[in-house]
Amino acid sequence: MLLDNWLFVGLLVIVAAGIPAIVLVIARLLAPRKPNDAKLDTYECGMETVGDTWVQFKVQYYIYALVFLVFDVEIIFLYPWAVAFDHLDLLGVIAGVLFIFLLGDGLLYAWRKGALKWN
Amino acid sequence: MQFLEDPVLWIAEWLREVLLGWGASELVTNMTLNFLGAFVVGAMIMVIFILLTWIERKAAARFQDRIGPNRVGPFGLIQPIADAVKMLTKEDTRPKGADVVGYVLAPIVSVFSVLMTWAVVPFTQKWIGADLSVGVMYVAAAGSFGIVAVLLAGWSSNNKYSLIGAFRGVAQLISYEVPLFLSLLVPVFLARSMGVNDIITSQTAVLFAIPWLNIPIRGFFVLAAPLSVVIYFISSLAEVGRAPFDLIEAESELVAGYHVEYSGMKFGLFQAAEFLHSFTFAALMALMFFGGWQGPWVGTNNLTGWLLGGFYFMLKTFFFYMMVMWSRLTFPRIRIDQMMNLNWKFMVPVSLVLLMGMPLIDYGLRGQELWLKYLVLFLFNLIVGLIAFAWAARADRRVKTHTRVRFEGRPVAVMPQAPAAAEDETAG
Repeated sequence: MLLDNWLFVGLLVIVAAGIPAIVLVIARLLAPRKPNDAKLDTYECGMETVGDTWVQFKVQYYIYALVFLVFDVEIIFLYPWAVAFDHLDLLGVIAGVLFIFLLGDGLLYAWRKGALKWN
Repeated sequence: MQFLEDPVLWIAEWLREVLLGWGASELVTNMTLNFLGAFVVGAMIMVIFILLTWIERKAAARFQDRIGPNRVGPFGLIQPIADAVKMLTKEDTRPKGADVVGYVLAPIVSVFSVLMTWAVVPFTQKWIGADLSVGVMYVAAAGSFGIVAVLLAGWSSNNKYSLIGAFRGVAQLISYEVPLFLSLLVPVFLARSMGVNDIITSQTAVLFAIPWLNIPIRGFFVLAAPLSVVIYFISSLAEVGRAPFDLIEAESELVAGYHVEYSGMKFGLFQAAEFLHSFTFAALMALMFFGGWQGPWVGTNNLTGWLLGGFYFMLKTFFFYMMVMWSRLTFPRIRIDQMMNLNWKFMVPVSLVLLMGMPLIDYGLRGQELWLKYLVLFLFNLIVGLIAFAWAARADRRVKTHTRVRFEGRPVAVMPQAPAAAEDETAG
């Protein structure tokens, strides 16, 4: 039964990728194709594009990504803790709550350091 | 088994017998049935998308005091099919210098991520693709694929607006994932299980019955964690990138965000993914906090089981989808710094406080009556919510007075004098 469940997920991968792919193939067969230079130009307010497209991004994004990474990884640890909550003694509960507290502490640190300030 | 008892399982049983009768092996039969099941789920979601476009257009029209589509078919019901034909026959241009693989892959990945989440959604008690024991985590993993699609589309289009839109989009989507998953942790914690069907069945527990009438009040998790529902709803609005959080495609600044360069059916697929994402989050809200297919008179193994159960699930989902549309069509767009502050300085700390308090309360009341636990949890949510909103309102006031003082002495723009030379030129 368990294997059946994952078999379904595995086959859904094929279906979920297949449906949009087939739609795109149908569109390719039906749609007209009359490309010209103006049509294929990069659309940036109607002017000739200046310089390289792949510009540098704000370092702010990187800092947010770092904070996100910390949180996302730690949330994953919290899910099993929540599932096993009935089997935990007081120490286990306190440990989990302390873990969340430290998470909040990290957020506070990032906040005070100015990592969450958008400028 | 009778047909009316459960049509889907009946057809599955019949097909299994037919296939085995043809001499197919057990494995092949299993594969075929599962594949057909997956295909039915995927096709059904696409049909729901077609329906959603009509609902969205009609509702948006009503909100804006228009009539909406009413020409094609009764009430414009065939409009979505006309839309689909139009999308399919539109020219699909690919800009110069675009990365072909990424450019084509992005819309596919975007739809893929939504369709994958529906594997674990129970339409009724029995009609569930795969009742995984890690259901909620699976939803989180599959749903996050959408972010990859945004970045892929922005990066491969060879357009600065696309790229900036993608940067913004990814920053927004990953930020709001944190409160989203923190609030999804609450039903997992209350049900002690990550399986979606387990979460729903643990919401059947009767808290108390209204005396004399004998109507049972069931312990839907919204009663134990109303604040989590609010946080979930707001962050799911941001996750789908719709107004008031539609900074990803802020058309006045970025033309259309990460899908500027997309046209034809590829754009249509992005649109499908956006609609279905909202719908999926509405469905998850119904499942996680409002009891999914639970409702009055829902049985287990008869006509009421699938008919009523499916009806309640769809009713709740469409209700929450209506709420998503309502906020989309009512609120103006917020600024990027406001959006980031709302997330990191309000919703994440509040969900962390909730997650610290609720286990302690739960542990303290271990072995007590269920209604007492729900009551204390509800009061805790209420108090945390009131304090948080009061604090946020104070901070907001402070910011506003601050800004007003700072901008008071600024010079006001004056209308420039009409240049005489230019007039002469046009006259001459």
